[in-house]
Amino acid sequence: MTSYILRRLWQMLPTMLGVILLVFLLFNCVGGDPAYVLAGKMSNAEQIANIRRQLGVDQPFYVQLGIFIRQIVTFDFGSSWSTGETVANILRTRLGPSMTVLIPLTILETLLAVGLALAIAFVRGSVTDRSVMVACTVGMSISILVYIIVFQYWFAYKLGLFPVQGWGDSLAENLFRYSLLPILIGLAVSVAPSLRLYRTFVLDEVNQDYVRTARAKGVSERRILWVHVLRNAAIPIITHVMSNLPALLIGAFLIERFFSIPGIGREVILAVERSDFPVIKAITVYVAAATMIFNLLTDLLYQAVDPRVQLK
Amino acid sequence: MSNTATGGQAGGQAPVGGRDDARSRSSVSPGLWALAWRRLRADHVAMIALGIVALYMLALLLSASGFLASDWEAEVGVNYAPPTFVGAQSAAERGALGNDAVLEAPPPDNPLDPLRDIIRELRRAPTTVQPPVINDYGIADPLQKEMDEIRAALANKSVKAVAARRDTLPFGADKWGHDILKKTIKGAETSIVVGLIAAFLATVLGSIFGALAGYFGGKVDDIFNWFYSIFTSVPYLLLILAVAAVLQQKGVLTIVLILGLTGWTGTFRLMRAEYLKHKNREYVWAADAIGASHLRKMFSHIFPNVSHVALVQISILVVSFIKSEVILSFLGFGVPVGVVSWGSMLNEAQNELILGKWWQLTAASIAMAVLVTAFSLFTDALRDALDPKLK
Repeated sequence: MTSYILRRLWQMLPTMLGVILLVFLLFNCVGGDPAYVLAGKMSNAEQIANIRRQLGVDQPFYVQLGIFIRQIVTFDFGSSWSTGETVANILRTRLGPSMTVLIPLTILETLLAVGLALAIAFVRGSVTDRSVMVACTVGMSISILVYIIVFQYWFAYKLGLFPVQGWGDSLAENLFRYSLLPILIGLAVSVAPSLRLYRTFVLDEVNQDYVRTARAKGVSERRILWVHVLRNAAIPIITHVMSNLPALLIGAFLIERFFSIPGIGREVILAVERSDFPVIKAITVYVAAATMIFNLLTDLLYQAVDPRVQLK
Repeated sequence: MSNTATGGQAGGQAPVGGRDDARSRSSVSPGLWALAWRRLRADHVAMIALGIVALYMLALLLSASGFLASDWEAEVGVNYAPPTFVGAQSAAERGALGNDAVLEAPPPDNPLDPLRDIIRELRRAPTTVQPPVINDYGIADPLQKEMDEIRAALANKSVKAVAARRDTLPFGADKWGHDILKKTIKGAETSIVVGLIAAFLATVLGSIFGALAGYFGGKVDDIFNWFYSIFTSVPYLLLILAVAAVLQQKGVLTIVLILGLTGWTGTFRLMRAEYLKHKNREYVWAADAIGASHLRKMFSHIFPNVSHVALVQISILVVSFIKSEVILSFLGFGVPVGVVSWGSMLNEAQNELILGKWWQLTAASIAMAVLVTAFSLFTDALRDALDPKLK
């Protein structure tokens, strides 16, 4: 097991190096001279030379790449170009609010989608099944923007059931007051595609031999679905949930922006708006690292769920 | 008919006489595309979806060639003119919105107002006597006369323009009085064109990379797989935003490049798998035996047999790129000012909704939802028709 994990981590290195190289090329070669962004409109040659020296952009590019890698390894990206806050501090403080919304959202979404998928599979081929599938397709084709705008207007602004936006200091207040509507919107957007996907996973299992055997033994249809089928459909479901987690951190940016939640996603948007390259670079590299780590965790989880899986 | 993937382009080799295909009287069995089309035509949902998509494409062509909605920027209605089926807004509502036509006419007198005589007097005052206007600092404006002339000219002009403006429009108007219907059609043009071109670019890139990786294998495969793992380990939206941050310039071409250059990974994986499967098939060996070059084998022998994968990928990508474009434009990283897309419409609609002007939001959302639903349903049917094994 340990040797498997070590080997997987070793295999991540080239990919990680590639991500670093991609980000480096993108921001240092395509992105133009950061000194002009930093110095602003009123600047003279001396100021620009000064900034260039501070950032190290007057060095040859392999030195700059070295600086970049050192920044990543030491978690020290310097400070944000627009606010002066250190990037490490930005990442640390923004992670909490994102998690406050995302963890309940992921748990609720998975439970709801898996439950509905099994229930739908129970009545597969019926009118209910087909109409739910059509509803999912239609629901998926409405832009997430429309969900957010309409839900925020209707539930928060018109009916006053939730605060329109805001964020507090205490976890309980954030979770039970400010996060409720964002989580509701997240559910409305994400349950439909997950439900469609999980339904196919479940239907793939329904025609397997072990289901026929279980039926022949006289196991109730309900137990077949919730115990036998669910355990076998769990692997693709876990893959889907786990591999989506890091992307969700960014994907929630629209919700965070509309509800003024000071999370990672909103920080990305702000950084793009302000051309705040250190923040974007740091978030991109660390989210990529998180994606790879989560893929490894997913593979490790497989074995816990399904003893037949051999990790080699 | 079970193995259509192999029978595809090389469909001429198995003469099956007197098949049920009415269109091909010869002894040639129908190819992959004919079979797929026959299956697709039997699917009513798919045909309706295809019809809707075709309608959108027609509107797109007419709009792009200037026959439709070319005058969307004309301010034909009053500001926020409601849809015809709702009816014109009342004078009070319009007054609250600061419509310039209303400024000319004073609001009706409040009969309970004890100050109404004084107010009426005050209102009449500027037209009868022209007192020297002295501002808070006690300085008379030297440009007073010129400004008055300009104001008078503007007043005349706006009254004339307003006279031509309509109180209601088929689906309402936006803040400037643009016809929402025309604006939606123009927005559809931008969004769909971006989606189509970017999807084409991404699929071409993915197909070429996949072909090279799958066909040559070995070191080439390793390099492309490395690329693939890099691009998939950065979440798609984050990659898009990072590229948008770097490029800094807005424009339709920029969005197409961003989406196309980041969206090839899914196509790559599928095409690579297809090429791995096909490169050891007999027809490729036969091509090898007659001395066909690598490029020829890859693109004129194998590609037609795997092109259905590319087609399905294009239509999947179009849907996802239209959605991405809407989000990018909404955030202001997409289309430039002066170009309308569904995303920029939603951006305006967000503020309008608070004022109770729901029509722009509704128009853009419905237009987009109908297209995306139809396109997704058609894509599903296309995939089933081209690869019946999946069913």
